Amino acid sequence: MNVTATIERGAATAPVIPPKGEEKPRAKRPGGFLTSSNGKKAVMAVTGAVMVLFLVGHMLGNLKIFAGRDSFDEYALALRTLLEPIAPYRTLLTLVEIVLVVSVVLHMWAAISLSRRAAAARPVKYAARKKSQAKGYATHIMRFGGITIALFVVWHLLDLTFGVVNPKGFDSSPADRMIAGFDPSRWYVTLLYIVAVAMVGLHLRHGIWSAFQTLGVANRDRNRALRAVAGLGSAVLVIGFLAPPLAITFGVVQ
Amino acid sequence: MNLTLKVWRQSGPKDRGRMVTYRVEDVSPDMSFLEMLDVLNERLILEGDDPIAFDHDCREGICGMCGMVINGVAHGEQVATTTCQLHMRHFEDGATITIEPWRAAPFPVIKDLVVDRSSFDRIIQAGGFVSVPAGSAPDAHSVPVRKEDADAAFDAATCIGCGACVAACPNGSASLFTAAKITHLSLLPQGQPERLSRAKAMVDQMDAEGFGGCTNTGECTAVCPKGIPLDTIAQMNSDYLKANAK
Amino acid sequence: MNFVEGAEIRDTKAPAGPIEERWEKRKFGARLVNPANKRKLDVIVVGTGLAGGSAAATLGELGYNVKSFCYQDSPRRAHSIAAQGGINAAKNYRGDGDSIYRLFYDTVKGGDFRARESNVYRLAEVSVNIIDQAVAQGVPFAREYGGLLDTRSFGGAQVSRTFYARGQTGQQLLLGAYQALERQIAAGTVEMFTRHEMLDLIVSDGRARGVIVRDMVTGDIERHFADAVVLATGGYGNVFYLSTNAKGCNTTAIWRAHERGAYFANPCYTQIHPTCIPVSGDHQSKLTLMSESLRNDGRVWVPLRKNDSRAPGDIPDAERDYYLERIYPAFGNLVPRDIASRAAKNVCDEGRGVGPGGLGVYLDFRDAIGRLGRDAVEKKYGNLFEMYERITGENPYETPMRIYPAVHYTMGGLWVDYDLQSTVPGLFVIGEANFSDHGANRLGASALMQGLADGYFVLPTTIGDYLADGPFGDVDEEAVAAAEVAVRTKIDRLMSVNGTRTPDSFHRELGKLMWDYCGMDRTEESLRKALERIPELRQEFWENVKVTGVAEELNQTLEKAGRVADFFDLAELMCLDALVRSESCGGHFRAESQDSDGEALRDDENFAHVSAWEHSPDGTPVLHKEPLEYEYVKMSQRSYK
Ligand SMILES: Cc1cc2nc3c(=O)[nH]c(=O)nc-3n(C[C@H](O)[C@H](O)[C@H](O)COP(=O)(O)OP(=O)(O)OC[C@H]3O[C@@H](n4cnc5c(N)ncnc54)[C@H](O)[C@@H]3O)c2cc1C
Ligand code: HEM
Ligand code: SF4
Ligand code: FES
Repeated sequence: MNVTATIERGAATAPVIPPKGEEKPRAKRPGGFLTSSNGKKAVMAVTGAVMVLFLVGHMLGNLKIFAGRDSFDEYALALRTLLEPIAPYRTLLTLVEIVLVVSVVLHMWAAISLSRRAAAARPVKYAARKKSQAKGYATHIMRFGGITIALFVVWHLLDLTFGVVNPKGFDSSPADRMIAGFDPSRWYVTLLYIVAVAMVGLHLRHGIWSAFQTLGVANRDRNRALRAVAGLGSAVLVIGFLAPPLAITFGVVQ
Repeated sequence: MNLTLKVWRQSGPKDRGRMVTYRVEDVSPDMSFLEMLDVLNERLILEGDDPIAFDHDCREGICGMCGMVINGVAHGEQVATTTCQLHMRHFEDGATITIEPWRAAPFPVIKDLVVDRSSFDRIIQAGGFVSVPAGSAPDAHSVPVRKEDADAAFDAATCIGCGACVAACPNGSASLFTAAKITHLSLLPQGQPERLSRAKAMVDQMDAEGFGGCTNTGECTAVCPKGIPLDTIAQMNSDYLKANAK
Repeated sequence: MNFVEGAEIRDTKAPAGPIEERWEKRKFGARLVNPANKRKLDVIVVGTGLAGGSAAATLGELGYNVKSFCYQDSPRRAHSIAAQGGINAAKNYRGDGDSIYRLFYDTVKGGDFRARESNVYRLAEVSVNIIDQAVAQGVPFAREYGGLLDTRSFGGAQVSRTFYARGQTGQQLLLGAYQALERQIAAGTVEMFTRHEMLDLIVSDGRARGVIVRDMVTGDIERHFADAVVLATGGYGNVFYLSTNAKGCNTTAIWRAHERGAYFANPCYTQIHPTCIPVSGDHQSKLTLMSESLRNDGRVWVPLRKNDSRAPGDIPDAERDYYLERIYPAFGNLVPRDIASRAAKNVCDEGRGVGPGGLGVYLDFRDAIGRLGRDAVEKKYGNLFEMYERITGENPYETPMRIYPAVHYTMGGLWVDYDLQSTVPGLFVIGEANFSDHGANRLGASALMQGLADGYFVLPTTIGDYLADGPFGDVDEEAVAAAEVAVRTKIDRLMSVNGTRTPDSFHRELGKLMWDYCGMDRTEESLRKALERIPELRQEFWENVKVTGVAEELNQTLEKAGRVADFFDLAELMCLDALVRSESCGGHFRAESQDSDGEALRDDENFAHVSAWEHSPDGTPVLHKEPLEYEYVKMSQRSYK
């Protein structure tokens, strides 16, 4: 066997660890549940699940648009007047919103702190392009997908909840805003919406199963079923969320 | 066969390291990957160079000592195979092969392809055992174990502690390794008394060592030479959550 | 090589009386160490295999201060991890007539009457506790549907006494011991030194008091002191270069101890395993064992004609020689290891071997597949077939496997008494590193048993008797300095030769020489040749070896060179021992000593003894004989016809 060697300079760098005796003290015993990676994961799973439940409700509501403008508006009103007169207008909705905001914040907090932990654990990239050995790309775009979703949610609230960027403004009925929002002339909004919902779908296809796994519900026998639930669940959500805007943009609902 | 190898060379923990390219000729397809490196190393020695340092011992895929990232994949692309069990016949003549050490902060490079995996031992120290001093054991047949449980425990117990799971994980997580041990012991009656405290202690130690959190990407299982399944991680999570609920 | 004969040596520790009571008596007779004193006593354990791992953990549990060493990066990687088949124990869970006495009997007989009865009986006795201990630790042994432990019969035993964990029994048992060890490390009773290689023994005032080790990462030469030293450094099969042992297995630790006064017993007893994957070329770095269980269904054959180059499938049955079935009709393919190995060598020597270099025989599953169906065969042997295919690239469902014998285990080792103490007071030797229990041939699934018996149960008791006199005070600085200087000098010498050959090239040449001249069959002529060649090669080594790099960092070439240097010295003693023992027994086959059927012929009149070799400063070994007496098992000639 013949060998010739050439040196490529500066191809990559390695972590420089201090020599013996000067090493940084090994991390102390960790604090509580929430500082542990598994604790954060659990937070993520629970808040994720809350958001999924919300999405299911939201989707069912959206579908009311097919039953007509009035039906949709009634539903929107009902959300606000539910529990009246026991509690003031918008009590339940506000509660839900609080839970949601808390969930989103916690979810993002956990996501960010886990990402930072991951980055610290893997400071050096491989020189060879690393191929995914697990068959699944959805898993690798969770963070990216999450950020896309977050940006979208902001837009979405501005558009349909506060009406800031909606042609009909805030003083219109929810159905009006929705139908105006996805008017054929605003096809780009619909497109943005499709992309965002697809992202949610991908996030959830992995996320729902991942949550089962994180919460320790998954096991050898259940795995197939849980994967199916995740796949089906996210597909239903995607279709359910895309149906109204598409119907509006293509003029099926007016 | 003739090959081009791009190998990570780093003379010691403090060296910054670099990729070095070697052209090797007349490689026999019957060689194992490590034998190919042996032959290269003998040449390097004769030329007065420092041979490429890599860990290995049993060369039968069981001790867990060997391990390198070959073309971006821990232990190479051959599934369920350790580096020492990988043979050259799976490479094409003229191929370029990139060889790098496991990359993870809790696995600092000692030299070339050799990394320090003592963090794994410390995870086991935290609780990866059944506390039973020698001589105190009851008769082996005093507690029957369901065959299914014994088999599943065995499957989890086959982990060789190689660290490929960490090397492959985009988060640098040691969850598969830790979960394999937790699952092995929590499936057996003998492991029950310490089940929850074990899970808590081991997971906490994993964090303390600086491993990342798991996002269930499955990259670990895909490269694991022993095919340790992802549901061991669910088992670990379940035990860990229960331990914290108490 | 010359030698002189010294005084007879005897084991003085085994109590007299009925064999069933001896261990009980010894346990009772051994002095106990007061618990408060244990904390003041330091013990060094070198090696973390089944023997060393279990010993260090147990000594830690007992309250001693233990320092444990291994050359791998983790104690879990010791070579014991590779054991496949199983572990024997006289549990008699099957009710098939097994008993402690039967295991004792089988082991003495299997060892071809070259092991001590007292030791073997104790081994059989303790075997039952090992299984209890392992199960309690969570070792996932194979089980039956009723939840009880499964066993199989192994290596031709007539009872089913082998406990197993699929094909990974050694791994699972070692992980059990490793976990116990890690528990003690966490508890602070054991301090672990990984990537540390022992390079010398410190003997002060006639007692083993410590070791000199090299930190393999920094190159630092360190001294560690203790009140007793335990060596559990495994076997030396790698003297043959190619063997089924892990690449790092070496003789350094026991050889240096030998040079410091420990007698080396029966160095020539080597076990050669019949079913290994043959060598594929010069690049071959080690050999892989295929489980012996394959011989239960596979049929071994070679072509009738010499140099028959047809593909195996093209050779009709009439032109095949199923030689084991032909020569040993009663046992057929299931004859013991040494017999199967030698038979394979013989047919290959006749020029009828198959595969590269004609060094291989077929192990054919065609008939088994025909009889049981492919699925059944796959179920039984699937993972082995896979392993075979991975290594050779051939599919054993279609083409017969090729197998060839390979060095597997060394029965010889440092001489120890019933307490497992060597001839150096305070130096204990356990596991494969000692010579004690297997005589001239080890039965399948008995090495794991011995390692764990020594480590969990025997040593922790017997070492107490020695330590009861301790602590032994300060270590003589001169003795330490001498050992350290010896180590440094040797390293400097290796680093400074700067010749033109790699350590591996010398190791390969030495291995080939040993295999050819001191391998499966040995003759006076071959051994004399070896004894002539080894010193020449050793001299060339010291004049022409090339070690690159520096000694003050991780330097795998230096590690290898140091080990090869010791293998040379050991090889010489092995050949001498083989030459002096002009009988055949167990794994040691002297071609001059065979019966008319070509079977091994023992010479009990002249050789019913252990050969314990003492190192002398002038290089002339001194032979001490320990006579072997058989009170319980009557000496008889083995026959498998
Ligand atoms: C492939 C294979 C299959 C086998 N299958 C079986 C089987 O089925 N059943 C059975 O009973 N037996 C089997 N055996 C035999 C059995 O595995 C061994 O004999 C036994 O495990 C030896 O254990 P040990 O503890 O004595 O040594 P080892 O496990 O070899 O451990 C040696 C230890 O010493 C350390 N060491 C060595 N030298 C030094 C040094 N100089 N400095 C510091 N540390 C050192 C090493 O790091 C290691 O920790 C098999 C052997 C092989 C090779
Ligand atoms: C606000 C922006 C969001 C970000 C940054 C984000 C980010 C992440 C990340 C990084 C993960 C971990 C990936 C993994 O475990 O594999 C995750 C998991 C998850 N996300 Fe999100 N996400 C966001 C929004 C959402 C929304 C809106 C939902 C649901 C409607 C959701 C549901 C989930 C679920 C169920 C999981 C799985 C939790 C687990 O792994 O146990 N996420 N998210
Ligand atoms: S889980 Fe698999 S990849 Fe990870 S250490 Fe164990 S054997 Fe290696
Ligand atoms: S060298 Fe032991 S697993 Fe590869």
